[in-house]
Amino acid sequence: MTTILIAVAALLLLAAVFGALLGFASEKFKVEGDPIVEQIDALLPQTQCGQCGHPGCLPYAEAIANGEDHNKCPPGGEQTVIDLSELLGREVLTLDADEDADVGIKKVAYIREDECIGCTKCIQACPVDAILGAAKLMHTVITDECTGCDLCVEPCPVDCIDMLEVKPTLGTWTWHKPEGIGLRSDTSVPVNVIPVVNL
Amino acid sequence: MNSPLTIKSPLAKSAKSAKNSRPIFDFHGGIHPPENKVQSNSTPIQTLALPPLLILPLNMHIGAPAKPIVNIGDRVLKGQKLADANGVVSVPVHAPTSGTITAIGPRAVQHPSGLDAPCIVLQPDGEDRWTERHPIHNWRECSPSTLITRIREAGVAGMGGAGFPSAVKVNLKQGTQIQQLVLNAVECEPYITADDLLMRERADDIVRGIHILQHLIKPHETLIGIEDNKPLAIAAMRAAIENAEKNNGGSIEVVVVPTKYPSGGEKQLIQLLTGKEVPSSGIPAQVGVVCQNIGTALAMYRAIAFGEPLISRITTITGDAVKQPGNVEVLIGTPVSHLLNHAGVSDDKLGRLIMGGPMMGFTLHALDIPVVKTSNCVIAASKEELPEPATEQPCIRCGSCAEVCPADLLPQQLYWYSKTSDLERAQQYNLMDCIECGACAYVCPSNIPLVQYYRFAKGEVRHQVAEQNKADKARERFEARQARIDKELAEKEARRQARLEASRQKALGQVDAKADASNNIDIKAIKAASLAASSAYKAAVKALKTAQAEEADASEVAALSAQVDQLKAAADQAKAAVRDAASAPTSSSGGASDTAAATQSDIHMKALKSAALEASSAYKTAVKAMKTAEENGDGNVAELRAHADTLKSTADAAKAAVRDANTGTAMPAPTSTIDPVETLKKAVLDASSAYKAAVKSVKEAELSDADNLAELRSEADVLKRKADQLKVDLRDAKAAAPNVVKESTTTEAATATQEHAPNTADPIAERAAKMKALKTAYNSANKIWKEANAALERGIREGAENIDERRAKVDLLKARAEGTRAELNELVDQAKAGIRASGSDLKSLKLEAARAESALGSKIKELEEAKKSADEERINVLYQERDMLKREAELAANALKSAVDEQGLSDV
Repeated sequence: MTTILIAVAALLLLAAVFGALLGFASEKFKVEGDPIVEQIDALLPQTQCGQCGHPGCLPYAEAIANGEDHNKCPPGGEQTVIDLSELLGREVLTLDADEDADVGIKKVAYIREDECIGCTKCIQACPVDAILGAAKLMHTVITDECTGCDLCVEPCPVDCIDMLEVKPTLGTWTWHKPEGIGLRSDTSVPVNVIPVVNL
Repeated sequence: MNSPLTIKSPLAKSAKSAKNSRPIFDFHGGIHPPENKVQSNSTPIQTLALPPLLILPLNMHIGAPAKPIVNIGDRVLKGQKLADANGVVSVPVHAPTSGTITAIGPRAVQHPSGLDAPCIVLQPDGEDRWTERHPIHNWRECSPSTLITRIREAGVAGMGGAGFPSAVKVNLKQGTQIQQLVLNAVECEPYITADDLLMRERADDIVRGIHILQHLIKPHETLIGIEDNKPLAIAAMRAAIENAEKNNGGSIEVVVVPTKYPSGGEKQLIQLLTGKEVPSSGIPAQVGVVCQNIGTALAMYRAIAFGEPLISRITTITGDAVKQPGNVEVLIGTPVSHLLNHAGVSDDKLGRLIMGGPMMGFTLHALDIPVVKTSNCVIAASKEELPEPATEQPCIRCGSCAEVCPADLLPQQLYWYSKTSDLERAQQYNLMDCIECGACAYVCPSNIPLVQYYRFAKGEVRHQVAEQNKADKARERFEARQARIDKELAEKEARRQARLEASRQKALGQVDAKADASNNIDIKAIKAASLAASSAYKAAVKALKTAQAEEADASEVAALSAQVDQLKAAADQAKAAVRDAASAPTSSSGGASDTAAATQSDIHMKALKSAALEASSAYKTAVKAMKTAEENGDGNVAELRAHADTLKSTADAAKAAVRDANTGTAMPAPTSTIDPVETLKKAVLDASSAYKAAVKSVKEAELSDADNLAELRSEADVLKRKADQLKVDLRDAKAAAPNVVKESTTTEAATATQEHAPNTADPIAERAAKMKALKTAYNSANKIWKEANAALERGIREGAENIDERRAKVDLLKARAEGTRAELNELVDQAKAGIRASGSDLKSLKLEAARAESALGSKIKELEEAKKSADEERINVLYQERDMLKREAELAANALKSAVDEQGLSDV
């Protein structure tokens, strides 16, 4: 009987100690905010284009965290959907984008400067302040800062903004993936052949 | 001492012949491809005729492209700087010969992508005239920084293949201690013999260059690593070093390393010579080593001792497709085609043109690509020599690739992950440490282009990093923009508040300034207001009497008598205001800065303005009445004219008072010396005389009516007169309306006065008085409108003339009454706010003040609009309303202020 009492007392004591410890830890190491939103936001492409129906990537990240579908980001493409599925442990959904939309093709805005009337509408529309210019003066796009979000095209009253595909430069060019098993490497691309026969 | 390695190289014999004085280490893996060096290393370095055109890419080095500093059409001299370094990791570009700049723009360049890049195109003039050179002969006495600047300005970039700016490499961080300076003369790739020939022919200059490097970085020891397949070069270097040591006593050691690919890799060579391993993504300086190519050392010597920038280099031209393979000294920018022509290329045989070595070089896609600072070799290979790549077979997991990897990686794993684009896993297997030497692909029995896969995966990783950076930047900019927009909104709001505050302060300040000066004017104004009130009362009495005389129906008479009572109350209140005004100077003479007194004066100012308006409107009404009477041929025209004159003088007096008040800002304050009692007496006297005149005119009107009755005019005449009387009645009522407004004004004035001294008066009684006054104002306003409406209806019933005119007037009256009621409601609200304020409800007070301000603002705007349309009556009404609102706003502000004061007191 005493043994049982001692055992019960010991367990109770342990429970009390660990309970107190857990209680202290939950107070001491309390996580402020919702870290999942930040993680989702980090996966989104930050074009701030609003194609998901939210006024930016962070609001969409919040919406996803609150249960909204995670396939509404055409600029992110399939890869973003997959990454988000992995992060959230949700099913991989097909990307919710127009059929004819060129998903995954990087574009930047280009203002045909001689047609620009200097209305500043595109400047106000740009979510990342990538358009320079002043009223009645020609505007131009800082290509490096442009996210290709499209938002400046609509407000332009003279339709002088084009979305141009980003061509690779020497700095951004990368090697193509080899053709794969059973094929020779694409000879149209200059590839590094290892031309020396084996010894 | 023999090498601790078991050397498998076919040239092991020569390695043994070239003795090492120190042990050498080994690195993992490596391969022994056929060397194919003999084709080109048997002839001395040749010089090349000037090419017809030189194409100078702005980016021949690692880092930012240089910035052109010449224009198209400029004539330049040999060695002249054409483009300046753009940033720290960048080097300038110089003219390799004298000539004319013919173009600056994109040209095909030495890059596997086949993309164009900006270049400067120079057409040589054949003179080859040097620009002024500034050699430094006593460089041993120069500080390293001077020499480093010279090296940088000379455009020296690593000539081994990577093209890293040499000045950056030798510009060590403060406190870095370098144990070993390693000179790379290994040249491990097949076919290339440029460094071999360079050492054979220019060993002395190379050694001088090494001395400069020693001077710059002060290493404990200097090692030149040379593969054992270059015995002539080893001998030449040793001889040169011995020769130099006789003079200078420097210590340079030639270390012969076994032939093995890729011993010439920087990390591999450092490991071979020192046994130190450069950390992943680190630089050799971290382990106390600096590694330079011997070609670079020579370029540094030329730059310092002769002042010559890097404008030429030794390039190997070899391959089965050329008749005379060998090494040539080419000017930087020489098109490859010129080089091939010199070596005698046969177009039929040419299968593949490669820049760099066969292991790490790349296929050239055009013949006009220029030789640049890093181009150590051009291979014009026949189709048999370098066939098309074989078909890729599945991996059989033989593991050969892992055996030969010099970076000690797991090429097979990297292959799987690169193929499936699993970049994360690939990076976990240190994909980024791959030096892309191609050893794995060389040994692969399945002909898998492994290096291609790694290059692809590395490109993807870099791309991802770039994307991530861009996304982060976009996020930052987006957040910054959001913050800016929010801030702008907040600032706008703050500015708006400040503006409101400023205008209020200004108004108060003006009032303060004017306060004393306008005290007498205020009294005048109050007097005028009182006069107007009494004249309205007088008119009402007249109307009542007329009605009584004509035996009008009882309800009308009762209404009129009620109206008269109202007006009498209004007149009494106006008189009370006069008394208040009279007492104001006393208080202000007691203390000019007394806020209460000042605000009171301000209120008098308002009263003055409204009084002026009322007086003028009363005058106008009277004139109208007079005109109507004249048209009808009435007998009491004279009386009416007299009445109008009285009113006119009243109005004039009021207007003058307003003018005085407006211009009286700068006036001194002698007014407080005026005896208030005397002023008061005068005001009362004026009021009573006006009243008497009115009574007299009423009596005369009665008399004329009686005459008309006695002469038994036709019933139509009576009816017409009755209509006239009604018209007068209506007008009277209209004239009375402003008085009601004024009444509320007076009430407000009283309220304000009470508000100003909440600490001295009993708050409950004060509030009660306020409420009572408000109620009176409301009742009278309501009643007057109802009466006017009733009169109109009567007129319609009796088929009187100019109904429309009357209706318009009634409508106006109604609007006024409604305005008054709204105002009353607001006043009630205000009173409530006041009550709350006495309970320290600051928030509602603030709201009240803000609301009053905005109402005033909109009213002023409306007034401006009305001024534009020049509708005099509307302007008058609006003026009145604006003044009301102004007063209300001030009251609200004062209530807030007093509440705050109270709060402060209670806090203390």
